[in-house]
Amino acid sequence: MSIRIENLTHIYMPNTPMESLALDNVSLEIEDGEFVGLIGQTGSGKSTLIQHFNGLLKPTSGKVIVDGLDLADRGTNLKEIRRRVGLVFQYPEHQLFEETVFADIAFGPRNMGLEGEALEERVREAMEMVGLDYATLKDRSPFDLSGGQMRRVAMAGVLAMKPKTLVLDEPTAGLDPRGRDEILQQIKELHQRFGMTVVLVSHSMEDVARLVDRLLVMHRGKLVLTGTTREVFARAEYLRQLGLGIPQVTELARRLREHCADMRVDILTVEEAHEAIRAFLRQKRGKVHA
Amino acid sequence: MLKDITIGQYIPGDSIIHRLDPRTKILAAIIFILALFIVTGLPGYTVMTVFSVIIILLSRIPARFVLRGLKPLYYILAFTVVLNFFLTPGRVIWSWWFLRLTQEGLRQGLFMGWRLLLLVLTTSLLTLTSSPIALTDGIERLLNPFRRLGVPAHELAMMMTIALRFIPTLLEETDKIMKAQMARGADFDTGNIIQRARGMVPLLVPLFISSFRRADELAMAMEARCYRGGEGRTRLKQLKMARRDYYTLVLMVAILAFAVGERLWL
Repeated sequence: MSIRIENLTHIYMPNTPMESLALDNVSLEIEDGEFVGLIGQTGSGKSTLIQHFNGLLKPTSGKVIVDGLDLADRGTNLKEIRRRVGLVFQYPEHQLFEETVFADIAFGPRNMGLEGEALEERVREAMEMVGLDYATLKDRSPFDLSGGQMRRVAMAGVLAMKPKTLVLDEPTAGLDPRGRDEILQQIKELHQRFGMTVVLVSHSMEDVARLVDRLLVMHRGKLVLTGTTREVFARAEYLRQLGLGIPQVTELARRLREHCADMRVDILTVEEAHEAIRAFLRQKRGKVHA
Repeated sequence: MLKDITIGQYIPGDSIIHRLDPRTKILAAIIFILALFIVTGLPGYTVMTVFSVIIILLSRIPARFVLRGLKPLYYILAFTVVLNFFLTPGRVIWSWWFLRLTQEGLRQGLFMGWRLLLLVLTTSLLTLTSSPIALTDGIERLLNPFRRLGVPAHELAMMMTIALRFIPTLLEETDKIMKAQMARGADFDTGNIIQRARGMVPLLVPLFISSFRRADELAMAMEARCYRGGEGRTRLKQLKMARRDYYTLVLMVAILAFAVGERLWL
């Protein structure tokens, strides 16, 4: 399963005074089983881009090809595409509407025609995937749950359709640090245990540094930079020009480098920083002894 | 998707019409409507048409935006004209099967259609050239004299302002929730009327919930800034009638007088 985008341009409200160019000639490819991060400032076109992945928005020009199917083709079943590419919007808990957690999560699979035990199985699986206890929560009203739980119910609602690709738009927005860590941990598991292709849209450089393999950087509707996480965060100056930053530990490593020439700077997580600093100290001590 | 709907389709500008006091514009619109329904014959309609064209030109609003206001009215317009054509008794000039076109009907239908056309074009100019806030301010001030009779002028105006302010927000929200449910396989476009109505539940419930949440937050934010109704409230932008406003009103009264005269004597 892959998503391929060729020369995609999207203009909101064309031919009106409010016309705005949201995507400008974007081309990219997301391979099977990848864990990709999409970063960029507010208004850089991230959300517009991901809504093309499952045909919610139609390109003004350019092509979107999912699994070899061109979304603009009349023969392409958009419902099936939307099942394969699960899209979790920002603040997904705002779309909850059913009386029970079960019914809400079952909405997607039910639209696919599932019923009875198969449906129940789906809901149970989806709830397990996001770490919600099926027995205690299935009959509760989704509106009585905590913010973090509501968000996981909403995510389960998408996972219950068994998408092969999961696209998440700022899944941690507005959560406390603990809720954030839990959600990110679960997303990581979805990628590792279930082999899902994951696209994570985020403002947080720390989050993407910790999780994703490859980064796409958007700026003013253009895809300006792609590469492995390390490659992208090595371009700290450029990212800063775009109004983005680099993870704090990477910044720390860069500052240390100013004082000690041997320090590694391609560091993405606290653990790596810890390693690198110890290695550096060991080396230094070695030199002194010699 | 839903963005095509425009209510309060204000188009900013700096024309003489834009600069008129909103009170003047509201009163002028009312007087114009009155006059439009008083005139009966060709001279009256000619004057009203010329007047409409002049103010549309003066407003410097592109014609397609003025004409866009007519879109929802195509059917009503066509319906009115056709009904008048065939249902007005009088001298028959053309007939086919049960349809009888009369001379009086022809005249009545064309005039009626023309009247509606002018009505919509000029009143839409009111909302095209005044921001919603200016309009509600104008309404509040116009209603002020009726406060003694118990008309809560300020509260009404505040409610309208808030309602107008939230229309785009709600449309955006609706669009977002629709997309989110479509991502879960919801279908808003197919099925019979009952299926479609049921299909709206996943859209309406979240929309209601978020509206109540927004209302709560707004009330809190207003109270946090000591809002307590209209009593003793001053405003940042004072409405001031300029000389052009008085000229406009005098002109409107003249048009009304002409319309009455045309009806009585021409």
